[in-house]
Amino acid sequence: MPQRIRVLMAKVGLDGHDRGVKVVARALRDAGFEVVYTGLHRTPEEVAVAAVQEDVDVIGVSILSGAHMALVPPLLDELRASDAADIKVLVGGVIPEADRTKLRDLGAAAVFDQDATTDAIVEWIRAHAGRADPGGPRREPGASAAARPASDGGRDGV
Amino acid sequence: MATTRKPARPTAPPPAAVNPKPAPGESNRIAGARDDWESRDVREAAERAPERRAQFETLSGLPVKRLYGPADVDALDYLEDVGFPGRYPYTRGPYPTMYRSRPWTMRQIAGYGTGRDTNARLKYLIAQGQTGISVDFDMPTLMGYDSDDPRARGEVGREGVAVDTIEDLADILDGIDIGAISVSMTINPTAWILFSMYVALAEQRGVPAQALSGTVQADILKEYIAQKEWIYPIPAAMRIVRDLIVYSVEHLPRYNPINISGYHIREAGATAVQEAAFTLANGIAYVEEVRRTGLDVDAFAPRLAFYFIAERDFFEEVAKFRAARRVWAKIMRDRFGARRPESMRLRFHCQTAGSSLTAREPINNIARTALQALSAVLGGAQSLHANGMDEALAIPSELAMKVALRTQQIILDETRVANTIDPLGGGYFVESLTDEIEEAIWAYLRRIDDLGGAVAAAQQNFFQTELAETAYGYHRQKERGELTVVGVNKYLDPSGGDVPIALHEVDPGVEAQQRERLARVKRARDGAEVARRLGALAAAARGDGNLIPPTLDAVRARATLGEIVRALRDVFGTYVEQPVF
Repeated sequence: MPQRIRVLMAKVGLDGHDRGVKVVARALRDAGFEVVYTGLHRTPEEVAVAAVQEDVDVIGVSILSGAHMALVPPLLDELRASDAADIKVLVGGVIPEADRTKLRDLGAAAVFDQDATTDAIVEWIRAHAGRADPGGPRREPGASAAARPASDGGRDGV
Repeated sequence: MATTRKPARPTAPPPAAVNPKPAPGESNRIAGARDDWESRDVREAAERAPERRAQFETLSGLPVKRLYGPADVDALDYLEDVGFPGRYPYTRGPYPTMYRSRPWTMRQIAGYGTGRDTNARLKYLIAQGQTGISVDFDMPTLMGYDSDDPRARGEVGREGVAVDTIEDLADILDGIDIGAISVSMTINPTAWILFSMYVALAEQRGVPAQALSGTVQADILKEYIAQKEWIYPIPAAMRIVRDLIVYSVEHLPRYNPINISGYHIREAGATAVQEAAFTLANGIAYVEEVRRTGLDVDAFAPRLAFYFIAERDFFEEVAKFRAARRVWAKIMRDRFGARRPESMRLRFHCQTAGSSLTAREPINNIARTALQALSAVLGGAQSLHANGMDEALAIPSELAMKVALRTQQIILDETRVANTIDPLGGGYFVESLTDEIEEAIWAYLRRIDDLGGAVAAAQQNFFQTELAETAYGYHRQKERGELTVVGVNKYLDPSGGDVPIALHEVDPGVEAQQRERLARVKRARDGAEVARRLGALAAAARGDGNLIPPTLDAVRARATLGEIVRALRDVFGTYVEQPVF
């Protein structure tokens, strides 16, 4: 059986608004993807390392603080430096229109605004993730399981 | 749920209904007329035009009937459950004359860029008639990093104002008489440092501590539950809050050293019931923590303040505020044995719901915010922030904040809704809903007690799991169109055209300016003295002494916020979350 699509959901920077990232993570899991969530307050470099270690197809970065132009480019750079530029980076959150274009020009695969539906995100990933989606078995619907923290090499969580 | 009754109260006075209790013959007459109305008028009307849904419910999921009447409130005991404003159980308001004497404080929040930038916004709002000050800090300040820390990259002065040393707070409040106006600061894990800077600044300006009024949020429990700005493990964080409350009670009698906040719990996905219940559970945890020092509950309980959201379900919100006051009064009287009325009355700041605002057609947010603000006023808030129309896109522009302040002024001075107290009190629906929400809050409080209290429940991820569930449920409802968002999932503009609005632009130079300023302060101070005072602070942390006096010493010597946080991180360690979704 082919492997399921693997997605790393990430929060970078100091912003703690994690409602959106967790709703999307849950929706992706319910759609049958393997989902890993980094937890809060990660640096772009930490996210890139985790994505490579976890061998993910897609990274979803959620930023509501307005710091996306400072935090997304280093993540893309780090992926390129790690020879992992094939990992698709999705950006979601409060991203002004002008910055959406800039982020795509810099190499982000897609940008979703706060009104985007989770179905649209699922469809996008199915269409663009490098791996064929077998639509694997869904996990127990409605069960809120502990998120598997990305292997983090003993970081202190801040 | 609707038919659940309260347990018998041994101390209850003789029962009296909200309305004079109808004689048995009278209630039979009403019930008969109602049956007649249902079976004829309603049936015929529904045949012509069916009701929009088979069932209606509040945003929290409580059932809403077609009509409420005397039978829905006949178990209410007016004196015990509703009573009079300023009297137990404070359902109708914490003060006897409410807004007839003193309107709520109009406290629009401000904070961006440097201290000077924020000072200009505060002065603008005061010039427009704002009556209180509220300061919002940037993420590095909230999380305990100086502006020159690598972790602060891209976030300096962005979501709030940057504060590294007391000099920055002095800039924020430059030319503002802190002896005369109350200053509220939205800050939690580093609250004790900002509080110390505020006290030290008052000293510098010759303002006696006894004259200082204002609020520091300092609600650390809701950070682990919802807002996620934390530094230390929960027990250490609780100790810091305890020290802050104890110091404040002893030295700043007019100051609110904590603002126990449901706002962020709601924004993280809670229902109205969860918001009220989790907030009150956190309140219980703080009271227990401070009581362990031996302080009498009546010595500090009057200084505890609360903070709730005003969301979109108008009547449920009004009922929530009324129910929260009633539950807190009972908790303080019956659980903690408080004797002073001031200990039992719940006072709250309110903010309209940021997450209810849309990025599409942002001008519609003015209407949303106005109605939410109205529910806060009808619910008896002591202080109010109305959101800016552009908050789903950026931090508010000057124009957006002016419109929001004007919204408050229109509610107070044009609608006249503040001319009588609790005008919805006695309404069949509102009283019935207040009662139902109260029951649902008690049910949660019992569950949380069974888990060992709010601290233990937070450590077991109880709140976080509940919020993940409801947040996901709301999101799915919105996506399916069951939760209407006008202009987003219903009544979409076929032309796709939005009214353009000018957004607040972040000054890209702020980060460099702030780093330069910090470097200047560090060059001018006595480094050895700073190190000595930070050492004394760490020593106090290793013992059980109050942390405020050594923190005051440190900020007076221009120790930075980041240095103070690091000094205690070496002692307390760091919190590590196990996230759930």
